Amino acid sequence: MSTTTATVTLADLTRMLRESAGEEEGVDLDGDVIDTPFMDLGYDSLALLQVIGQIQREYGIEIPDDAVVDAETPGALLALINSGQAPAA
Amino acid sequence: MTTAVVTGLGITAPNGLGTEDYWKATLAGESGLGPVTRFDASPYPSRVAGEVADYIAEDHIPSRLMPQTDHMTRLALTAADWALADGGIDTAELPQYGIGVVTAASGGAVEFGQRELQNLWSKGKEYVSAYQSFAWFYAVNTGQISIRHKLRGPSGVLLTEQAGGIDSLGHARRHIRKGFPAVISGGVDAAICPWGWVPQIASGLMSTVDDPARAYLPFSAEAAGYVPGEGGAILLVEEAESARARGAATVYGQIAGYAATLDPAPGSGRPPGLRKAAENALADAGVDAADIDVVFADAAGVPDLDRAEAQALTGLFGAHGVPVTAPKTMTGRLLAGGAALDVATALLALRDGVIPPTVNVGAAAADHRLDLVTEPREAALRTALVLARGHLGFNAALVVRRWAA
Repeated sequence: MSTTTATVTLADLTRMLRESAGEEEGVDLDGDVIDTPFMDLGYDSLALLQVIGQIQREYGIEIPDDAVVDAETPGALLALINSGQAPAA
Repeated sequence: MTTAVVTGLGITAPNGLGTEDYWKATLAGESGLGPVTRFDASPYPSRVAGEVADYIAEDHIPSRLMPQTDHMTRLALTAADWALADGGIDTAELPQYGIGVVTAASGGAVEFGQRELQNLWSKGKEYVSAYQSFAWFYAVNTGQISIRHKLRGPSGVLLTEQAGGIDSLGHARRHIRKGFPAVISGGVDAAICPWGWVPQIASGLMSTVDDPARAYLPFSAEAAGYVPGEGGAILLVEEAESARARGAATVYGQIAGYAATLDPAPGSGRPPGLRKAAENALADAGVDAADIDVVFADAAGVPDLDRAEAQALTGLFGAHGVPVTAPKTMTGRLLAGGAALDVATALLALRDGVIPPTVNVGAAAADHRLDLVTEPREAALRTALVLARGHLGFNAALVVRRWAA
């Protein structure tokens, strides 16, 4: 895997959430969801594992497995991804 | 003794989506067999299947469930939705831990599993779906149905190859007898992909005839193997008094008798166990052979197996002693879904007083001495026997009876 400096945006994340795990009925991912817990958006830990896998493949970065429990909201996950604290191994 | 009745049906079959479409097509003798389209079967010796056509998954399955299911589980979820809707049951009104889910499976979601194994070996572990952790699994249909409808009663999965559809209903009845008001049961299977295909070829029982109208001819002198299909039936099984108390609109019939046997080891010299399963199921139902109005046969389509089943039937009922039918000639053998669909079909036959036909066969080979029903036959039907065999020695028999409340 190669490192990348590309920043993952909320739009990128919601697109990948839809592709990897689908969209819960009654939830609008295009709304103001940056601080909405993933659980409230209808995503469980497996869904997050799935989308984190997609992020790693698309962006060539490595995200620790703990992110599934540590990042409770899209904002927290984006901060973790974009912080540069997760370089490729 | 409690009584188990069927109050809801959900059918996904190669010749009809939904109970009434399927039943109409079945009575009309419309076959769902055709060349395989779900994968390129041209390099394989068997190239005919019963595929569920015109099923648009997105019309039935929520977006969240799409990435974690394959064709089999989607069909199963759809059939379960329909069975619950048909039963008119409000699951929230029953005790939280009162409704179980018991389905049959064969190889699990092999289409899902094949795709993810291909991802693993061709691209690497980073490309394997997180949902592979459960989505391939034998119990996936039971689990997804349970989660979707919040059914927290006793649940499980039975693997007895093609006999599983009956064994799941037998197990559902056990839960009813223990005091649970309802169980979602039956089986839906779909393995029309290379990984699902190859083990069936290895069994040596699959037809290699390319003409869909000639490929699967159980009890015919030209029988040359079976054609696999996909789909099956989910049935809502309820305790009769509980169903009456909640005002269930339809009672399709009673699960009156059930039995299962295993074949003796090869070379033992003892006979196969199908007849014993049928006898035990009749005894369990408290009926005699003379009470059986129609038999839905296992109909392997393999000469030796057809002969063994014909001998079991003539032994029990006498030569030409009972109408025998195999509507699965229109769907192919549906693995874990087949016997469940046969039970659902038997219940519809009881409801409407008509035996659905065995198609393409013309007539049973004379030496089988069977009254094979090859055109729809109206009859006063009260009790039906459904037989099923699973590869390598599973036998199961179920007696269903019209319900007179």
